[in-house]
Amino acid sequence: MIRDITLGQYYQADSVIHKLDPRVKLVATLCFIISLFVVDSWVGYVAAAVFLAVMIRLSKVPFRFMVKGMKAIVFILLITVVFNLFLTPGEPLVTVWKFTITEEGLRIAVMMAVRLSFLIVGSSLMTLTTTPNSLTDAMEKLMGPLKYLKVPVHEVAMMMSIALRFIPILLEETDKIMKAQIARGADFESGNLIKKAKAMVPLLVPLFISAFRRANDLAMAMEARCYRGGEHRTKMKPLRYHAADRVAYCVLLLYFAGCVAIRVWL
Amino acid sequence: MSLILDHVNYVYGEDTALAVHALKDVNLVIPDGQFIGLIGHTGSGKSTLVQHLNGLIKPTSGAIYYNGEDIHEKDYDKKKLRSKVGLVFQYPEHQLFEIDVFKDVCFGPKNLGLSQKEAELRAYAALKQVGIEDEYFYQSPFDLSGGQKRRVAIAGVLAMKPEILVLDEPTAGLDPKGRDEILDQIAKLKEETGITVILVSHSMEDVAKYVERIIVMNHGSVLYDDAPKEVFRHYKELEQVGLAAPQVTYIMQALAKKGMPVDTSATTVEEAVQEILRKMPQKKILKEKA
Repeated sequence: MIRDITLGQYYQADSVIHKLDPRVKLVATLCFIISLFVVDSWVGYVAAAVFLAVMIRLSKVPFRFMVKGMKAIVFILLITVVFNLFLTPGEPLVTVWKFTITEEGLRIAVMMAVRLSFLIVGSSLMTLTTTPNSLTDAMEKLMGPLKYLKVPVHEVAMMMSIALRFIPILLEETDKIMKAQIARGADFESGNLIKKAKAMVPLLVPLFISAFRRANDLAMAMEARCYRGGEHRTKMKPLRYHAADRVAYCVLLLYFAGCVAIRVWL
Repeated sequence: MSLILDHVNYVYGEDTALAVHALKDVNLVIPDGQFIGLIGHTGSGKSTLVQHLNGLIKPTSGAIYYNGEDIHEKDYDKKKLRSKVGLVFQYPEHQLFEIDVFKDVCFGPKNLGLSQKEAELRAYAALKQVGIEDEYFYQSPFDLSGGQKRRVAIAGVLAMKPEILVLDEPTAGLDPKGRDEILDQIAKLKEETGITVILVSHSMEDVAKYVERIIVMNHGSVLYDDAPKEVFRHYKELEQVGLAAPQVTYIMQALAKKGMPVDTSATTVEEAVQEILRKMPQKKILKEKA
């Protein structure tokens, strides 16, 4: 059940998208997210959907992996839809008791649902096709100029890559501890909210301890290899743009320009 | 009173590209009071198998019966099953969480709905069974040594008074002394209480000394299921699946090859010594003694 969160889980495949420079994918994801908020017409959303569908197709990642990521946000999605549906003032469409669904409400609710789900699918696509390590490499490189403003770019990137790397490990650990406590008769499912919260103690205490232990071990291992932060640190495989990356930037530019055009003229 | 696995199959991540067939048609009968070694290389499916025994994992196909009842029937009491089939996970010390040792061991019996007094009595008995002294009872479990932590964790399962005790690699990460202590304690416990014990390990050496039956797992299926002597006869096949027979088996085989008429089925060093002494030409022994 906790394995449903796909964010930060890499799907191995041999595709054009996988081979792209992670910087391209990062910029593209950002642009895609922005474009979702730029467009506000159905034509725009169709364009975004087509763009997303083509990218998913190119990535060779099975579509159900994207949908898996959606499961985690179903709740947020529902709340958003319900609130927008009932609380937007405007032309009333249907009235049930005290609740009124307005035309504007329906429009905004659907739009928000589409936006949110595209956003999640879009960013899942990035994390599914890019290893966390290359993703943080890209971030470090893209934010490089901030170094002159005394922002510890390398350290932040390192922290992020470690955090991402630990998500699956901690999930696995949670699963293991949960099973071990169930084997000792623990019950995580029944009872009211307070009982359920109390039942989490045997899970959370060992989990925190294990997280700290892992952090300690990792810090030790890094220091043993003389890690001293980003100063004068070089890369074994520095990021370089290739022809495919330039083409990708062009495609992205076209798409983004298209979105802006749709917003302005339609 | 027994545990029966009937054509059990298990697939991890079914319907995905990453599906792994972890168990393939496993059939086992585990009668009362046996001391069983479950052996297999990393990834052979032994950990998956033991999680089936107390219903933590539901088989993809096949059934598991405890005392003649299907444990995945809708109204089967899983909690009761888990108290009867006690499962000690790998690195069980990672599951400790209470503020002192005694309270942690009480966790299991209390979950069974026992009274405070009954739970404490059981916890006390369990801690004694694993050889934890009274002075440690009110210490934080996190202040204990690795071997002690592990024993406390094992006591946590024992306090539920299981009829079948399953230990998944109870010696992993312990030094040779800690390993022998834990294994001796388990053997003693087995002798005193007569419960069924299933010892999961990847080391034949660990298991050979104690168990009466060995189940060898390979790629998710049962390769051998027999008395240790019989299993070690296949030492060449065992090597092929990344396991090895105890070292004495190799010595006895080598001696037999050299022409010494020894029985090659000795499984422990003591047995081997007896056998070699028996078959050694008497004159030689006398000469050496002189």
